Amino acid sequence: MKRLITVLLVFLPLATAHATSVEQRGLEIAKEMDQRDLGFADQVAELVMILRNKQNDQSVRKIRNRTLEVQGDGDKSLVIFDSPADVKGTAFLSYTHAVKPDDQWLYLPALKRVKRISSSNKSGPFMGSEFAYEDLTSQEVEKYKYKYIGDEKLDGRDVFVIERYPQYSKSGYSKQVVWVDKAYYQPLKTKFYDRKNSLLKTLTITGYKQYLNKYWRPSKMMMINHQTGKQTELTWSHYRFRTGLTSRDFDRNALKRVQ
Amino acid sequence: MAVGNPFTVAAVVVMLAAVGVNVSAADLSGYVATEWRDFVHDALADPQDYRTGVSLSVNPELVSSWRQDKRQIRFSPFVRIDTHDSERSHADIRELSYSHALREWEWRVGVRKVFWGVTESQHLVDIINQTDFVEALDGEEKLGQPMINAAWIKSWGTLDFFVLPYFRERPFAGSRGRLRVNPPVDMKNVQYESPDKEKHTDFALRYSHTLGDWDLGLAYFNGTARSPRLIPQIQITGPVLIPYYDLMQQVSIDLQATKEAWLWKLESIYQHRDIESYAAGTGGFEYTFFDLSGTGMDVGLVCEYLWDDRGAKTPTPFEDDVMVGVRLALNDAQSTDALIAVVKDRHSGQALITVEANRRLTNNVKLGLEGGFFSHIHADDVLGSMRRDDYIQVEFAYHF
Repeated sequence: MKRLITVLLVFLPLATAHATSVEQRGLEIAKEMDQRDLGFADQVAELVMILRNKQNDQSVRKIRNRTLEVQGDGDKSLVIFDSPADVKGTAFLSYTHAVKPDDQWLYLPALKRVKRISSSNKSGPFMGSEFAYEDLTSQEVEKYKYKYIGDEKLDGRDVFVIERYPQYSKSGYSKQVVWVDKAYYQPLKTKFYDRKNSLLKTLTITGYKQYLNKYWRPSKMMMINHQTGKQTELTWSHYRFRTGLTSRDFDRNALKRVQ
Repeated sequence: MAVGNPFTVAAVVVMLAAVGVNVSAADLSGYVATEWRDFVHDALADPQDYRTGVSLSVNPELVSSWRQDKRQIRFSPFVRIDTHDSERSHADIRELSYSHALREWEWRVGVRKVFWGVTESQHLVDIINQTDFVEALDGEEKLGQPMINAAWIKSWGTLDFFVLPYFRERPFAGSRGRLRVNPPVDMKNVQYESPDKEKHTDFALRYSHTLGDWDLGLAYFNGTARSPRLIPQIQITGPVLIPYYDLMQQVSIDLQATKEAWLWKLESIYQHRDIESYAAGTGGFEYTFFDLSGTGMDVGLVCEYLWDDRGAKTPTPFEDDVMVGVRLALNDAQSTDALIAVVKDRHSGQALITVEANRRLTNNVKLGLEGGFFSHIHADDVLGSMRRDDYIQVEFAYHF
């Protein structure tokens, strides 16, 4: 018995040290990803979302995204819906925060009504797609705890594999496994595990291009839901940076004149 | 045409704004819809001798935007043609405006629609635009209002100044229309307290701000009351109601606290007219179960209390009522949603039940279902004349 305790006393600190180091390493990678993305000021992009069910029925959504970088807090973002035609002109404004809940408003053009909405909807589908709200909001470092798993090769590229565990409430995930490109410090693949810890979705991100000699942005994201067989393809295009957007372009007055 | 003047002014302002600017990219959108409405019972009055009605509506919108949406022209006419009610067949300019956004100021000139408020069951605070009651009973359809609006946007909030140079009369269903007051309103004999009648200039001021979880609005309005008193009169053709528009002053507050899945809401007004002063309010909550059991579906519960200190003399049906509603959003590819609501008088047990549901059928076609049911409504109640007007409605809208 005494020997066992001695063994534990000798090895426990080592085990703890190891645990700390994989968590530390995971956090370092996440911080580096965040660090390399700083300073873009603002970004605009156009998105086409194609929803496919198991029978291969398709429906298409067109949206535009405007993001404003905020120093010391989460980004501000504006999502403008262009199609389907019945939701044209609808706009979604979000002020993201690292730990406290995001502030969100929805603009309903038929009523000219700006509605403050709850940001508790994390796991629900965005526009009927396989992307949840939490998959598309600003990925602040503090939103997760991390663990470094190892190094791998993915489609010929060197990657880190990390696991991350959502720290915000109402997440639909117990964990995410992320394959991070060592050169871009951007995710190439993410596996999402549901609250029962079974594999729910796989996201594959391709077509990275560098902008302003610094920022890597993808052209395609494919989300496959393994439990329903549905999939959503998200194509990004027309990226522009430092277009001169200010916080006035992300207030409730601006919501009423998005076009 | 009586409404010619302010609309011509608006048109000229908008066209002047367009001059000198290369307005090449105008964006057209909107819808054309056909509506089929079936009343469950025969009507109370003889002229309303039908149970089924069809109507057609169109609402295009033309928008031209430049300098990152900081300069914008909008034009949106609305037309409805109804098979039975000549008053429900109507046309309106919902929007014909120019807006000009600067760093701290936004100027908006022309015919516009403005929404104030937070609650769902009624919209007490929402005073700028006249309600288009022949369109919908929920008070959410509005007529375009000519205005000059300047918004001053500061870190401590937004101050909106409004000058409203022309008043829009409230549309009421005609003698053949259902869902109307009884006797019918005589739209040709409108009376005003102000000698300037519809040309009386109204003013309004609104302060709005967001502080963390709280969204606050405070407003003052001075001008022609949007809701007329209906004065009974006997004419050769029979009894009618004459709309009489008082001058009034109103202060209001609207407040929402957004606490995770809870939305706490309050709207309250204090209105002074020479004939009476009164206070009214709506308060309650909305709680949403998001992604219910991982189905992706949202289920929301809405509960609001509606009061008016005029008690039994309140000209609206909502003087001491409770509204309970269930909102359902499937969040599927067809954006299927539904809302069932009951507004019930706490004492008499009279109730108004409304149901609405929507689903996208194709990329451009949307199906809307609606129902309105009047339960235990007394003949002498404000809604008494509608007590046999339970209806169901199907609408197909083509959006472009």
